[in-house]
Amino acid sequence: MRNPLLADADGRARPIQAAVWYLVVIVLVVLFFWASLAMVGVALDFSFVARFQVRILDGLLLTLAISAGSLVLSLVIGLPVAVGQGSRVLPVRYLCDLYVKLVRGTPLLAQIYLFFYVVGTAWGVENRLVAGIVILSVFSGAYIAEIVRGSLSSLDAGQLEAARAVGFTRAQTMRYVVVPQLVSRTLPALTGQFASIVKDSSLLSVIAVVELTQTMREISATTFNLFGTYLFLAGLYLCLTLPIMFVSRAFERRLTYAH
Amino acid sequence: MRIEMRGVEKNFDGVPVLKGIDFSGDVTTLAVIGPSGGGKSTLLRILGGLLQPTAGEILLDGEEVPHDEQGLVRYRSSLGFVFQDGGLFHHLSARENVALPLRAVHGMGEDEARLRADELLRRFGLGEEADKYPAQLSGGQRQRVAIARAVAPRPKMLLLDEPTSALDPEYTCEVLDLLRSLKDEGTRFIAVTHEMGFARRACDEVAFLCGGRLVEHGPSERVFADPRTPELQHFLGRLLEWSA
Repeated sequence: MRNPLLADADGRARPIQAAVWYLVVIVLVVLFFWASLAMVGVALDFSFVARFQVRILDGLLLTLAISAGSLVLSLVIGLPVAVGQGSRVLPVRYLCDLYVKLVRGTPLLAQIYLFFYVVGTAWGVENRLVAGIVILSVFSGAYIAEIVRGSLSSLDAGQLEAARAVGFTRAQTMRYVVVPQLVSRTLPALTGQFASIVKDSSLLSVIAVVELTQTMREISATTFNLFGTYLFLAGLYLCLTLPIMFVSRAFERRLTYAH
Repeated sequence: MRIEMRGVEKNFDGVPVLKGIDFSGDVTTLAVIGPSGGGKSTLLRILGGLLQPTAGEILLDGEEVPHDEQGLVRYRSSLGFVFQDGGLFHHLSARENVALPLRAVHGMGEDEARLRADELLRRFGLGEEADKYPAQLSGGQRQRVAIARAVAPRPKMLLLDEPTSALDPEYTCEVLDLLRSLKDEGTRFIAVTHEMGFARRACDEVAFLCGGRLVEHGPSERVFADPRTPELQHFLGRLLEWSA
């Protein structure tokens, strides 16, 4: 009889074993929060959901729209920056490098305030939604650049030489060798990055973009139901991010030929 | 195939690696031997159109190796190259590694390319491995797939850069066996190698490269039985010291 607590020697768990233990862990976590709520004497009340369902749905849709827009725009920013970091033209290389370092080294909250109130005001960007998507994309683009740069540098020279040797043109080498391998190496991480964008978009509430978090803040301000709204808010974000993480894991499993 | 090299030189950042190679002869199977750093791999890459020489010219059957990228792409596709580590594409199965260049470079149809790939893999004892990825194959299997990929378009000549030096001894044998059977079928090749037994018994001719110069060249039996230059005598003597 195997120890029911342990995965097998390869690190895998049987399906039933996995289901049971996952359930146990979830129950324990829920109990912990339940106990904490009971100790501070909070009674949860979700009656606001029905009352504000239209606004909540609008906020959720806006969060999705911001995230999707930012994903596309941050790819548009991140891909050239990843290539630019390896450029032989030094100003380009250092510009890309500085961008990545500044963005990754400062909090998103500071970037949102600085961009919106200083850069945005100076250059006449008044639309909060547009500004929000741009700021989030600039932020996320730096992380995407790092993800892509990592995979670019792991493409080994041997395969590129082999591609020339079999008679591929430069365009064919890109199409048949570089792009497929980059996609399979970066897709799991890029999907994970999308989950981060969804969460990070909540910070746009500070410039009054009425996405999901801002909607909930407004609701909690009128109902004084702080715990109920924020718990519900966290649950909604999990509904968005958990499937994305699941997809990311699935990509990871499907694309692991290289190991 | 008639190969002529005239004054071929190559510098890397000003450091001379090839110091003027002159060669003229009909090549069927040629082993290029010599100490490490002697310029063997560099010469093979120049012959294969993967590197441009700093000076000199090379003619294959009277035709000069092109200098422009477009001409070089066509030139490379007429040869088959096998690298030390095989250079297989990690994201493609063994079958696709062979079939993709047939379709993309040589204009073969989907079915024709797959048939050709499967036929070669079966002949090379890899019939069961066609759907596996390079990471799932042994070193010897990978190298045989790489050879299948190189011979699939029926190239004028195979160029092999130390095809067995990254392999365990048992895998070395299976790759060398395969090369010998290809030779017996009339495949021409130039192989940079450290396997002296292979150079002596499976290659018609041997070229000895040392210090960036072509020091000695001739029929392999003669070169091994009666080395004429002191460099080759020294090189072979050092090897004999440890051979059984």
